[in-house]
Amino acid sequence: MTVATPRDLEPQLQQPLQPKGWLRYFSFSVDHKVIGLQYLVCGFFFYLVGGLLAGAIRTELATPLSDFMPRDTYNEVLTLHGTVMIFLWIVPVVNGAFGNYLIPFYVGARDMAFPRLNAVAFWMIPPAGFLLISSYFLAGAAAQSGWTAYPPLSLTTPAAGQVVWILSVLLLGGSSIFGAVNFIATVLKMRRPGLKMMQLPMYCWAMLGTSLLVVLSTPVLAGVLILLSFDIIAHTGFFNPTLGGNVVVYQHLFWFYSHPAVYIMVLPAFGLVSEILPVHARKPLFGYTTMVYSIMGIVFLGLIVWAHHMFTSGTPPWMRLFFTIATSFIAVPTGIKFFNWLATLWGGKIALNSAMLFSCGFILNFVFGGITGITLAQVPFDIHVHDTYYVVGHFHYIVYGGTVFVIFASLYHWYPKFTGRLLNEDLGRLHFLLTFIGFNLCFLPQHWLGLNGMPRRVAEYDPTFTTLNQVSSVGALLMAISTLPLLVNVVVTAFQGKRAGDNPWNALTAEWLTSSPPPVENWKGEAPLVTEPYGYGRAQEPKAPTLEAAR
Amino acid sequence: MRMARAVKIRAAITTALATASLGLTGFLVGTRVNLLPVDASTNAPTYDSLFKVLFSIGTMLFLGISIVLIYSLVRFRRNEGELADGPPLEGNLPLEIVWTAIPAVVILFVGIYSYDIYDRMGGMTPLDHGALHHQHAMDTPSHTMEAKSMEMPSERVWGGIGPAIDTGVASTSSASGAVLPVEVTAMQFAFIFHYPEADITSGELHVPLGQPVELRMKALDVIHAFWVPQFRLKQDVIPGQPTVLSFTATRPGTYPAICAELCGPYHGGMRTSVVVHEVDDYQTWLQQNRPAPSST
Amino acid sequence: MTSTTPSTPAKAIPAAEGSNHEQEHEHPDLRLFGLVTFLVADGMTFAGFFAAYLTFRAVNPLPEGSTYELELILPTINTVLLLVSSFTFHRAGKECRANRLPAARHWLLVTGALGVAFLAGQMVEYFSLPFGLTDNLFASTFYALTGFHGLHVTLGAICIAIVALQTRPGGVITAENHFGLEAAELYWHFVDGIWVVLYGILYLL
Ligand code: HEA
Ligand code: HEA
Ligand code: CUA
Ligand SMILES: [Cu+2]
Repeated sequence: MTVATPRDLEPQLQQPLQPKGWLRYFSFSVDHKVIGLQYLVCGFFFYLVGGLLAGAIRTELATPLSDFMPRDTYNEVLTLHGTVMIFLWIVPVVNGAFGNYLIPFYVGARDMAFPRLNAVAFWMIPPAGFLLISSYFLAGAAAQSGWTAYPPLSLTTPAAGQVVWILSVLLLGGSSIFGAVNFIATVLKMRRPGLKMMQLPMYCWAMLGTSLLVVLSTPVLAGVLILLSFDIIAHTGFFNPTLGGNVVVYQHLFWFYSHPAVYIMVLPAFGLVSEILPVHARKPLFGYTTMVYSIMGIVFLGLIVWAHHMFTSGTPPWMRLFFTIATSFIAVPTGIKFFNWLATLWGGKIALNSAMLFSCGFILNFVFGGITGITLAQVPFDIHVHDTYYVVGHFHYIVYGGTVFVIFASLYHWYPKFTGRLLNEDLGRLHFLLTFIGFNLCFLPQHWLGLNGMPRRVAEYDPTFTTLNQVSSVGALLMAISTLPLLVNVVVTAFQGKRAGDNPWNALTAEWLTSSPPPVENWKGEAPLVTEPYGYGRAQEPKAPTLEAAR
Repeated sequence: MRMARAVKIRAAITTALATASLGLTGFLVGTRVNLLPVDASTNAPTYDSLFKVLFSIGTMLFLGISIVLIYSLVRFRRNEGELADGPPLEGNLPLEIVWTAIPAVVILFVGIYSYDIYDRMGGMTPLDHGALHHQHAMDTPSHTMEAKSMEMPSERVWGGIGPAIDTGVASTSSASGAVLPVEVTAMQFAFIFHYPEADITSGELHVPLGQPVELRMKALDVIHAFWVPQFRLKQDVIPGQPTVLSFTATRPGTYPAICAELCGPYHGGMRTSVVVHEVDDYQTWLQQNRPAPSST
Repeated sequence: MTSTTPSTPAKAIPAAEGSNHEQEHEHPDLRLFGLVTFLVADGMTFAGFFAAYLTFRAVNPLPEGSTYELELILPTINTVLLLVSSFTFHRAGKECRANRLPAARHWLLVTGALGVAFLAGQMVEYFSLPFGLTDNLFASTFYALTGFHGLHVTLGAICIAIVALQTRPGGVITAENHFGLEAAELYWHFVDGIWVVLYGILYLL
C-alpha cells in the first residue's frame, strides 16, 4: 500500500543528519512545523527589540524637551522601531509562522510545496534582522529617515546606515516573496484530492490573498529601493531634485508596496480570527462565501489606493479624489467581515478564554482604527492630520490593537497544538487585561494630540501636550509590563503546564485531528478529508470540549 | 401565536429605540465634543463641519458594534460545564446584503460630502490657471494652461490648495480683496517668509485679518511641510516643485506654524509663528519692517 | 432554539481510492508553477521601473542639450537576436521532448550564443553612448533599465550553459525529465518579452 517515492523518503533520509529535539529549531529544517515555530520565536525576539525601541521613544516623549537621547539618535530609534516591528515581527509572524504551521494541515498535505525554498526564506530573516540592528554599531549610524525613507532626506542622512537599511529590507522582501510563492502553490496545488477550494478554512483564503499582494507589490519596493541605493552610492539623480530627479515618484512606488503591506499585515490576522471565533463560540463561521469574496475585494482595492498617503504631496486634484473614494470603499468588504464575525458570536456558546478575549479585543480595536482610517481617507480631513500623532494613533490601533492582539489570541489557541500543553488561563487573562488597558491608554490620547497640533517623528514638542504624552508613556509602560505574564506563562507552561490532549477545544479543522504536537508527517495515516471545517452544532455523536476549555 | 407576535413587536420596538438612541448619542457626541483647536481661517469652520459629521458617524458605528459585541459576550456566554454547540447557522443572504449596503451608502455619502468640503476649501481649484498668476489671468482670461506654461516653464505649480470659494466670511471681511502674496522658503530647519510687494523678509508669518493670502512655497534641501493647525491647512514643500497654499485668516492671534514632514534631526524644532493682525496693526507692522530705502 | 447536538470532528475519511493514492505518495511537481509565480513578481519589478521611467519622462524636463533620441541600429539588431533566440530555445525544447538530445544541445548552444551576442551588442552600445550613468535623469534610467535587464540575460545565459551541459549523454536531462530545460526556456521567453516592452518604451517612444 505504501509505495514511497524518493521524495517522500526525504525527511527520513535527512533525519540522521538533522539534530533531534530542540536543536532542530536551530537547523536548516525543511519541516513546515519547525519552520513555522522558527518564524514565531524569531519574530517574538524582534518584537521585544522593537518594543524596547518603543520604550525609548516613549521615554523621550515623557518630557517636552529632547533630553533623553540626541536628536539624530531619536530618528534612528523611530526608524528602527518601525522597520523592526513591520518587517521582522508582524509580517514574518502572521504570514510566516502561522502560515507555515497551519496551511499544510488545512490543505491536507504533509508539507509545503517547496520545503527547501521555505527554509531558505526563513533563514534570510535572522541575518537581515541582525544586519539592520547592527548598523547602529557597525556603520556608525543607523538609518534616520523613518521607515518610509523618503528622499531627499534619505540621500542626505549618513549613507552607510541607509544602505544597510536598504540591504536588510531587500533581504526581508525577498524572503517574503519566496514565502508567498510557496503559499500560493500550496493552497492552489497541494490540496488533498476531494477537497474543494470553497471548503478550505478561511485562513487559507486569507493567505492566498495576502500572497497575491506580496507577489504583486513587494517587487516594486525592491525596485524602488534599488534605485534609491543607486542615488546614494553612485550619485545618480532619480530622486534627487538638484540633479533633475523627482521625489514624488519615489513616494508613489514606495506606497504602491507599503499600502498593500498593511493588508499583508492584517489579512492573515483576519484569517486567524476566522479560525478562532467559531471554535470558542461553537458555531459555524457566518457567511463563508461572502467572507471569501470580501478578502478578494480587499486584495483588489488594496492595490489601487496607495496615494492616500500622499494627499499633501502636491498630487493633482483628480488623483486625490479618486484615491479618497477607492480608499473609503475598503470599508465595505472589511465591514462585511466584521459583521459576519459578530453574527458568528451571536447565539453561540461562547467560552470567554484568553484566545476569545484577545479576539474580541481585536474586533473593538480594529473597528476603532478602521474608522479613523476612513476619516484619514477623506482628503480635506487628512490635510490637517497628515503626519501627526492622529496617524500614529490610527495605525497602532490597527497594527497593535488588530494584528498583535490576534497574534496573542492565536498563541493561546494553538499553543496546545505546538506543545501539547495548555497555557495558564489566569495568567492569560491578566495578560489580556494589562495589554488592553495599556494599549488604549497609550494610543487613544494620541488622536487628540494629533488633532491639536503635535506632528509625528519629533523628539521635542509644545509643552501644552505634556500631560497627554505622559499618559501615553504610562500606557506604554503598562504594555511592557504586560509581556511579563505572557513570557512567564509560555516558559513555565512549556515545562510543567497542564497536558492538553490532542484536541482540547474539540475543534474541527484538520490540524486538531492528529496528535499534539503532531508527528513529522502530520498524520500517522492518511490525511483526513475535512469538508466542513466549521460544522459546529451539526453532528450526531456528542463529544465534549474538555472542561478546562469550557470555562 | 399571539405571544410570538407580541415578542416580535417588542423586538422591533426595542431595535428601533436602540437605533434611535444610538443615532442620537452619536449625533450629540459628534456635535458637542470638541477635539479641535480654535478655528482661525475661512477653511477651519468648513473643516470642522466635516469633522463633526465624521465624528458622529464614527461614534455611532463604534458604539453600535461595541454594544453588540459586549452584549453577545455576556448573553451567549457558555455556562460552566455546558457541552452543547450553538445553532448551525451558516449565513443569511438578506442580512449580508443589508450590511454590505449600509456601509456602502454611508461611504458614498461621506465621500460626496467630503468632496464638497474639499471643493469649498479650494482644493479643486486648478492652480495653474488663476492662483499664482492672478494678474495675468485677469488681463487675458483666454490664457490656457499650456500657453502659460510655455511662456514661463519654470513657473509651473505642482500642487497645493487654491483660493477658497467665497464662503461669505471672506468677502465681507476682506476690504481690499486683493491677494497678498508671500514667498515661503523652507530649509533645514527654518521657514523664511518674503513679502515681494513690501520687500520684507521675516522669520515669522504676519498676515492681516480677512485678506486672502497666497503662500508660494519652495524648499531648498529636503521635503518640509507647512502646517498651521488652527487654519486646518497643511502642504508639503518639495524641492524642485513650487507649490501654492492659499488661506484667509479670520481670527486675530498668534498660532504655531509647524514643519510636519521629517526633515532631519531638528525637525521637531522647525516651528515658528503665524501672527494674524487686525488690518490696522498689519499696516503698522509693514511700516516698521519695511526696509529703509537704500540711499543711492 | 439553540441546537443541543454537539459536534464531532469532521469525517476523517481514509483515502482509499486510486486518485488519492497518487496525491498521497507523489509530491506533485510544482516547480514550474512556482517559477511562473516568481516571474510575475519579477515582472512587477520591471513594471515599477517602467512606471518610474514614464513618469520621469512625462513630468521632469531634461536639462538643455540632452535628448531622448537614441541610436536605433544596434538595439534593433539586438532585439532581432533576442527574438530569434526565443525560437531557437523553443526548438531545443521540442528536440528534447522528442528525445533527440544532441539536436537539443545544438539548439541550446545557438540560443546561448545569441544571448551572448546580445550582451556584447549591449556593451558596444554602452561604450558608444554619449552619456554616462549620472549625466541626467534619462541617462540614469536608461542604464538602470537596460542594466537590470542585462543582468537577467546574463543569468539566463548561465542557465542555458548549465542546461546544455546537462543534456550531454549521461546528464540529468532526458526526454522524460527535463524540468531544468523547461524552466530555463520559460525564463528566457520572459526575459525576451520584457526586452520587447523595454525596447518599445525606451527606444521607440
Ligand atoms: C495593518 C495595518 C493597516 C490597516 C489594515 C489599515 C487600514 C486602513 N487605513 Fe491605514 N495606515 C497604516 C496601517 C494600516 N491601515 C499605517 C502603518 C499607516 C501610516 C504609514 C506611515 O505614514 O508611516 C497608515 C496610514 C493611513 C493613511 C494615511 C494617513 C496619512 O499619513 O495622512 C490613510 C489615509 O487614507 C489610511 C487609511 C486606512 C483605511 C481607510 C483603512 C481601511 O482598511 C480600514 C477599514 C476598516 C473599517 C472601516 C472598520 C470596519 C468596517 C465596518 C465596521 C463597516 C462600517 C464602517 C464604515 C461605513 C465607515 N491609513
Ligand atoms: C507594526 C507594528 C508596530 C508595533 C507592534 C508598535 C508598537 C508600539 N509602538 Fe510603534 N510604530 C510603528 C509600528 C509599530 N509600533 C511604525 C511603523 C511607526 C512609524 C515609524 C516611522 O515614523 O518611521 C511607529 C512609530 C511609533 C511612535 C511615533 C514615533 C514618532 O513619530 O516620533 C510611537 C510613539 O509613541 C510608537 C510607540 C509604540 C509603542 C509604545 C508600542 C508598544 O505597543 C510596544 C509594546 C511592547 C513592548 C514595550 C515590548 C515588550 C517589553 C520589553 C522588551 C521590556 C522592556 C521595555 C521597556 C523597559 C519599556 N511607535
Ligand atoms: Cu522641516 Cu521637518
Ligand atoms: Cu495606506
